[in-house]
Amino acid sequence: MAEVKENTTPKPAAQSAGAHEPAVTDRVHVWPYLVRNEFICSIIVMVILTVWSITIDAPLEEPANPTQTPNPSKAPWYFLGLQEMLVYFDPWFAGVVLPSLIIVGLMVIPYVDVNPKGNGYYTFRERPFAVTMFLFGFFFLWISLIITGVFFRGPGWNLFWPWETWDPHLVVALTNIDLPAWGPFKWMGNPKIFGVEVIGFVLIALYFSTAFVFYFLRRDTNDMIRQLGPMRYGIVAFLFLTMMSLPIKVVLRLAFNIKNVWVTPWFNI
Amino acid sequence: MPNMNELKKRIVESQLWRSMFRHDYPDTPRNRVLQIMANVWLHLHPPKIRRHAIKLRFTWCMGGITFLMFLVTVVTGVILMFYYRPVAEYAYADMKYLQFDIPFGMIMRNMHRWAAHGMVITVWLHMFRVFMTGSYKPPREFNWVVGVVLLTITLLLSFTGYLLPWDQLSIWAVTVGTNMARATPFVGSEGPFGEVVGVTPRYDARAFLLGGTLVGPPALLRFYVLHCIFLPILISLLMIVHFWRIRKDGGISGPL
Ligand code: HEM
Repeated sequence: MAEVKENTTPKPAAQSAGAHEPAVTDRVHVWPYLVRNEFICSIIVMVILTVWSITIDAPLEEPANPTQTPNPSKAPWYFLGLQEMLVYFDPWFAGVVLPSLIIVGLMVIPYVDVNPKGNGYYTFRERPFAVTMFLFGFFFLWISLIITGVFFRGPGWNLFWPWETWDPHLVVALTNIDLPAWGPFKWMGNPKIFGVEVIGFVLIALYFSTAFVFYFLRRDTNDMIRQLGPMRYGIVAFLFLTMMSLPIKVVLRLAFNIKNVWVTPWFNI
Repeated sequence: MPNMNELKKRIVESQLWRSMFRHDYPDTPRNRVLQIMANVWLHLHPPKIRRHAIKLRFTWCMGGITFLMFLVTVVTGVILMFYYRPVAEYAYADMKYLQFDIPFGMIMRNMHRWAAHGMVITVWLHMFRVFMTGSYKPPREFNWVVGVVLLTITLLLSFTGYLLPWDQLSIWAVTVGTNMARATPFVGSEGPFGEVVGVTPRYDARAFLLGGTLVGPPALLRFYVLHCIFLPILISLLMIVHFWRIRKDGGISGPL
């Protein structure tokens, strides 16, 4: 079989298309170079999958029994990040609003990331904010929550180390309180000065208003804000602050035993 | 050691070889292009591609592996469907039957299960790679959106399939998962403003999903239909769009 050498020296660009068309000249034939890679890759993956399937059986437990709830009941592992968020937020927020925002937030990424650099190659330096945000969300908020849910949650959804035996009768004192009943704010409810619950609303409003303050302070000096414009900036800031509400609530819970920040008759945050 | 060229020549010119392959394959640029263009499956590819795009360290081959995992689940899933009945009385027994009595039943089930889990992992890694190379930037914005929908459907496919063995693991995992629908604002019986709209546990988003107030026989049938018909068709259509857009957006991304 005659070896055909691919021409590696770049040819002069084909001048047909408009200025937007990148002058890509360094191309190779898909047959055999890409098809060969795909073929080898498929074989390796199929071998691994087959060996795996021969050696490890898919689980099948007792027949379904609606009267016998296992403790803990865990969702499939890829949803344990969501189940884990239920610890820190009410179900309507952790189970419905946040997942929807994750999906929508992922979808808007291409439309709010106006940085033209770093298109088609690996780089951190040319897009530090985008990459940092994504890594934080992907590893810290998604993967680590899944790991917690899979390995560290036992009966009663209590935290267990992997080497600890699960004790279904373990009683953990429920000391969680809502923010308005928490030390520094307790005096407001006694005597009742005004609807103490409003404190939570005020704090959340303050939290989101940092986006406005930041916008007007830095609008003239920060290139990124100028490029984004008010609309995109608003979306990015909203998604960013909502995302950060998760680690904030984790810290509030673990460090101060605070359950909800804002309590209303209809919903809690 | 015999001369390799000599040996090859003798094989290629033997009567047996000639009877199978009428003419040889000259490895010319024209033939390389024809291999792709004249083959209904391979012409998903362009005839030529940027040199860096075939490097494993650029794409990690993750989109392709995701697609391969999907194909494995389709093939093994069809085989499982021959033996499985989505009826509460039979479903669990069919799983046992499949595992112990049907030749290769166990390995078909295992491959289906592990390929499905594998697909969840590879689709995440694929998204990760696409983000890290910034490949969602213009002109590929819309293909990223299609991708996010593909990711969501992949998770839903896995989740609906989880119920089908009808064992303790599946009904309780699905109970936990679908309980969240109960908390949907406005349309869930325990969600904010649910009572304003007037939804009840028997008549809300979760009941609509399950066909009842708990994970029972109607839920099994619903999940079965979603898992075996609706979602696979949907994901296939979107994959067609996804692959077509890769070509229309100028092939695999690369430095300009
Ligand atoms: C069922 C799921 C999916 C399948 C089968 C699939 C398949 C593929 C394949 C085969 C490629 C070619 C390059 C490669 O292998 O990396 C590709 C590229 C691409 N995929 Fe996916 N994909 C899926 C999900 C996703 C998801 C979840 C996203 C993003 C959220 C996404 C966004 C993209 C983009 C933007 C490209 C173009 C990349 C480039 O030009 O470098 N896809 N996809």
